[in-house]
Amino acid sequence: MSAAATRMPRREFLKAAGAASALAALPVAAKAAGAASAKVVVVGAGYGGATAAKYLRMWSGGTIDVTLVEPNALFVSCPMSNLVIGGSRDMAFLTTTYDGLAHRHGVRLIRDTAIGVDTDGRTVRLAGGSLLPYDRLILSPGVDFLPDGVPGLETADAQARILHAWKAGPQTLALRRQLEAMPDGGVFAISIPVAPYRCPPGPYERACQAAWYLKRAKPKSKVLILDGNPDVTSKAALFRKAWSDDYAGIVEYRPNYVLTRVDAATRTAEFDVQDAVRADVLNVVPPQRAGAIARTAGVVTANDRWCEVDFVTFESIRARNVHVLGDAIQIAARMPKSGHMANQHAKVCASAVIALLSGAAPNPAPVLNNTCYSMITDKDGVHVASVHRYDAEKKTLLPVPGAGGLSPAMSEQEGRYAFGWAANIRADTLA
Amino acid sequence: MQFRFVAVLVAVTAATAGESVAQGSPPGASRDLAATCAGCHGTRGASQGAIPTLAGMESQAMVSRMQAFKAGTRPGTVMPQLAKGYTDRQIESIAAWYGAQRAQK
Repeated sequence: MSAAATRMPRREFLKAAGAASALAALPVAAKAAGAASAKVVVVGAGYGGATAAKYLRMWSGGTIDVTLVEPNALFVSCPMSNLVIGGSRDMAFLTTTYDGLAHRHGVRLIRDTAIGVDTDGRTVRLAGGSLLPYDRLILSPGVDFLPDGVPGLETADAQARILHAWKAGPQTLALRRQLEAMPDGGVFAISIPVAPYRCPPGPYERACQAAWYLKRAKPKSKVLILDGNPDVTSKAALFRKAWSDDYAGIVEYRPNYVLTRVDAATRTAEFDVQDAVRADVLNVVPPQRAGAIARTAGVVTANDRWCEVDFVTFESIRARNVHVLGDAIQIAARMPKSGHMANQHAKVCASAVIALLSGAAPNPAPVLNNTCYSMITDKDGVHVASVHRYDAEKKTLLPVPGAGGLSPAMSEQEGRYAFGWAANIRADTLA
Repeated sequence: MQFRFVAVLVAVTAATAGESVAQGSPPGASRDLAATCAGCHGTRGASQGAIPTLAGMESQAMVSRMQAFKAGTRPGTVMPQLAKGYTDRQIESIAAWYGAQRAQK
């Protein structure tokens, strides 16, 4: 599909915007009278960027002109994608169109890739050649894998044999196919990078979903978790219980396995200290950093990997009028890189951007929460939750003492809530 | 031009937010707090699945429920943990906002 095919012609956009019920008569009248619209460009339509685009339109009553740049035609959710790898759900369950943002909210969608930012001239350059002017720019680029993060994974052949499946899409289904093709008695091994990385509990949930499948289909098989960290980084007690009870004899957890190299031909993983491990299916989650456009824009300020922001506005500490959301930011204490958090960043940012564009002060006391479900089986879920509020003195977000926590145990009720969460947050982001 | 944009924005914000500005919080504060619930409960509290809908919940009932979660007298999964993260005033503000959503329907 060409970029032009997904771009909404201006005439169509105006028609859709005029019809949208979110637009009150007031801003439409103002538009007719020729009022200038502030321009916000959002790069990246994941849980962060798509939410920001929607809420900017919704909360400004349609008075802000919002352009959303995204190379993918469809939204494919990372949350819940491990269920596709386990085989209890299919890709359609993860996939949503961007139609709601365009038709209900009047977001201008451009299917293209942002390749340059001029922070002085306030323009974004797209691979297709367009130049987009902005008053405020919001980057929500997700993560890229460190280019030299995993020696041995340089070639396309190696990358096709050893999958990451850490960006939901074709690799999700490809990893499922590898598990289906694995013989009974085979070994599925997953390598986890040293934190921070996208979705702390994700690798452990994936191990559970692989084990759920293998326990039924190929019960002589093993799941090996090769963790670069000294301990399970999230929901540790809950995952350990699942591995010792539900998946006893299948899942084996090994801490301090820092990956140094892979051999794709033999599907062997090598480590800094520990002995090498050969697997029938080797799944490597590579080390990560902020997505490329953040580097291009010059807003990667922490450890050459992540973007530091002012947590009142999510504006970069480096570039004025450039905001960064989601997995790309340098997180504050106990703030995971999760889709739920990206959705929360986006609302704080949208509120602040609307205030700043109208010359008002942003909300000085933002509150965010995180609720993250992991599925242990096809039906049973567990959660971790936290609440974070801005500390004006320390100028950072701090977890509220006494709030948050883990499930006492996995349950079908929490599994139902997990599916309810997945449906609602996707609608909150896109519909 | 810029002034007109500002005026429109302020009017729209005031009209849609269901604010209780009189309490001394900045404009948009109730709306922003209520939006932290929307990831699980849906935009403006309209839920599709097993998680309860907040839109249209009577404000005082929501305050009572949240306070019971906070005090540990009402059982739950996530909510007893999240409720402890909000002050009494924030809970009242959120409940007032969701109460106002019903009035707009």
